[in-house]
Amino acid sequence: MKENIIYTPVQKFILVALRLLIGWHILYEGFSKLLIPNWSSIAFLKESKWILSGFSNWIIAHPDLLRIIDILNTWGLIAIGMGLILGLFTRAAAISGAILLFIYYLNNPPLIGLEYSVPSEGSYLIISKTLIESAALIALAVFPSGYIAGLDILVSRFSNRNGKMVE
Amino acid sequence: MEQSSKSEQGNNLSQKPAIKRRTLLKALVGLPVLGVFAIELFKKWTFDQEKKHRILRELGLDNIQAPAVLKSPTGGHSELLRIGLIGFGSRAVTHANGLGFMHPDDVEAMKKDDTLNDWLAQENLNVAITGICDVFDLHAERGLATARNNVHPGGGASSNLPVKRYHSYQEMLDDKDIDAVMIATPDHHHSPIAVAAARAGKHVYCEKSPAHSEEQLNELYETVKNSKIVYQLGHQITKSTIFQQASDIIKKDILGKITLVETTTNRNTADGAWIRNLDKNGKPKPGDEKSIDWEQWLGAAPKVPFSLDRYYNWTKFFDYDIGLIGQLFTHEFDAVNQLLRIGIPKSVVSSGGIYYWKDNRDIPDLLHCVFEYPDRDLTLLYSATLANSRNRGRVFMGHDASMELGDAISITADGDSTRYQKQIESGLIDPSSPMVSFNPNLGKIDAVSGATEKYFAARGLTTTTINGRQVDVTYLHIKEWIDCIRNGGTPACNIERAFEEGVACLMAHKSYVEKRRTTWDPVNRKIV
Repeated sequence: MKENIIYTPVQKFILVALRLLIGWHILYEGFSKLLIPNWSSIAFLKESKWILSGFSNWIIAHPDLLRIIDILNTWGLIAIGMGLILGLFTRAAAISGAILLFIYYLNNPPLIGLEYSVPSEGSYLIISKTLIESAALIALAVFPSGYIAGLDILVSRFSNRNGKMVE
Repeated sequence: MEQSSKSEQGNNLSQKPAIKRRTLLKALVGLPVLGVFAIELFKKWTFDQEKKHRILRELGLDNIQAPAVLKSPTGGHSELLRIGLIGFGSRAVTHANGLGFMHPDDVEAMKKDDTLNDWLAQENLNVAITGICDVFDLHAERGLATARNNVHPGGGASSNLPVKRYHSYQEMLDDKDIDAVMIATPDHHHSPIAVAAARAGKHVYCEKSPAHSEEQLNELYETVKNSKIVYQLGHQITKSTIFQQASDIIKKDILGKITLVETTTNRNTADGAWIRNLDKNGKPKPGDEKSIDWEQWLGAAPKVPFSLDRYYNWTKFFDYDIGLIGQLFTHEFDAVNQLLRIGIPKSVVSSGGIYYWKDNRDIPDLLHCVFEYPDRDLTLLYSATLANSRNRGRVFMGHDASMELGDAISITADGDSTRYQKQIESGLIDPSSPMVSFNPNLGKIDAVSGATEKYFAARGLTTTTINGRQVDVTYLHIKEWIDCIRNGGTPACNIERAFEEGVACLMAHKSYVEKRRTTWDPVNRKIV
């Protein structure tokens, strides 16, 4: 942990608030999939365009794999959301979230010439909110906040007490 | 704050004292957020549930359940049923699969697709395919290989009975070792074979359409009525789980007075327009005069020289079937008739033409038929095109709501409904989107590949979902037939339904060909 980084109180507040907001969003994305009966990522994967479409089709063609992907996706989102809100393993949660969101982005990037059957809720050219949220998570990973406010404070203390250094 | 982080820094290097209260509060900052999240999540969930259930409750649909389990097991301790297949083209392959038999090549293909397990989970019907009859050697051989393959669903074992090839259906019907037959030939043979089978005391499962002419239909009806056989026409739609729900919705009068039912066909491929003489690589499919018994294939149809076009694309010609009406409207009619019991129409007007597939066909590729039921205050409309695949569903239109029935159900309230006026005003029901939908296939894999196959799947004619498992509806339809053979009873597509359908279709065909309105004379039971 980079304890030598000194943030002003406002910076700290903003960082933690951003983490909580993104955490809330991702946690609900996960729970909403849990609450929809028979939810499956198949509809999303079917829409996949650009470089990951072959991979997505391959997943669709293997029902058992698709089931695993669905479970990993739902619980992955919940775990990442929990991690961000609680400030627990914050950096790992932020990096995993950024990767996951970037994969979503790669499946349906708003590039010129790619058309989707479901219209997006905003107007996008190349950059979408998904990509921005992914970038924001990268920022959260680079400017860690779990040690400012979050369970990571306790984790680091506990680890140190056992004579280990965190990071 | 800075002070405390500095002190933490110091602590990390030296012996650590007890955690300060302020630090602990900072560590637990996420908990209240999580608490608020949990409360909001619960509020949203109960709101959604309440809204959904309130609509369902107000409609009296809150206890609609998919029939989760299959009725009475068929195989078990029953006696082995020996079945002969007459005609072994593509449709008969589905019949064989439904009976529990599959060609070794198809077993391998399904293994690769990961779909074999669904088939293997099918019940063992305790039947044996003991006879194959086809005029084409290649098809007959495929049938024999299918019947002899010893991979069976439901833990079934091979009967070890010999599988015989018959060169004519008469030969098969004369054989005492055949109990029942399944007919999947071109349509002009359906009725003559079914009649001969009924006379020979064999149970009949016959593909649609039931008969090619009014005389044939009358003969079929009389013969089956005066026999003890079980006759089932090949319309598997009633076996779809959502069909039972649709039936409940109709019974509960959710739609109000239904005055218009719109059925459609929307296909836009050569295969969908019954041009099927080329294989996937564009090469002519096999067959010649040596391997195909052309005389027998023609049967009572006008004599014409051997033609692979006619052999594979027989649907295009009125000599062998009645085109869209016989091949596709039959399914639509059956779906509507099973739900509303409309029976024979009072009058029919058809019009259409050959507007896109300008080959040598007799059958129209655009066709509209209007069936009038004045006694029921109802019009049944059939609108078909083979030159556009825009999805137009099968819709039951009532004063209060419309129901679209395909592989799912969606019910949309009518903006001017009397019954739902209050709920629409209060905002509980939004007439611009479905108020109720049932989709047992939600999230399931769409394993159908070709456009024609997709067409049938969208109309609920391929598989249905029972307990999360894909079940072939044709298998369920065959099972009902076999259950009736063993335990008595009348199957859904019995001879009465077949007769009503046959008359409606022949009226529509006659109207198209003679370019006039046809009517039904219920006293003399004749098309006029």
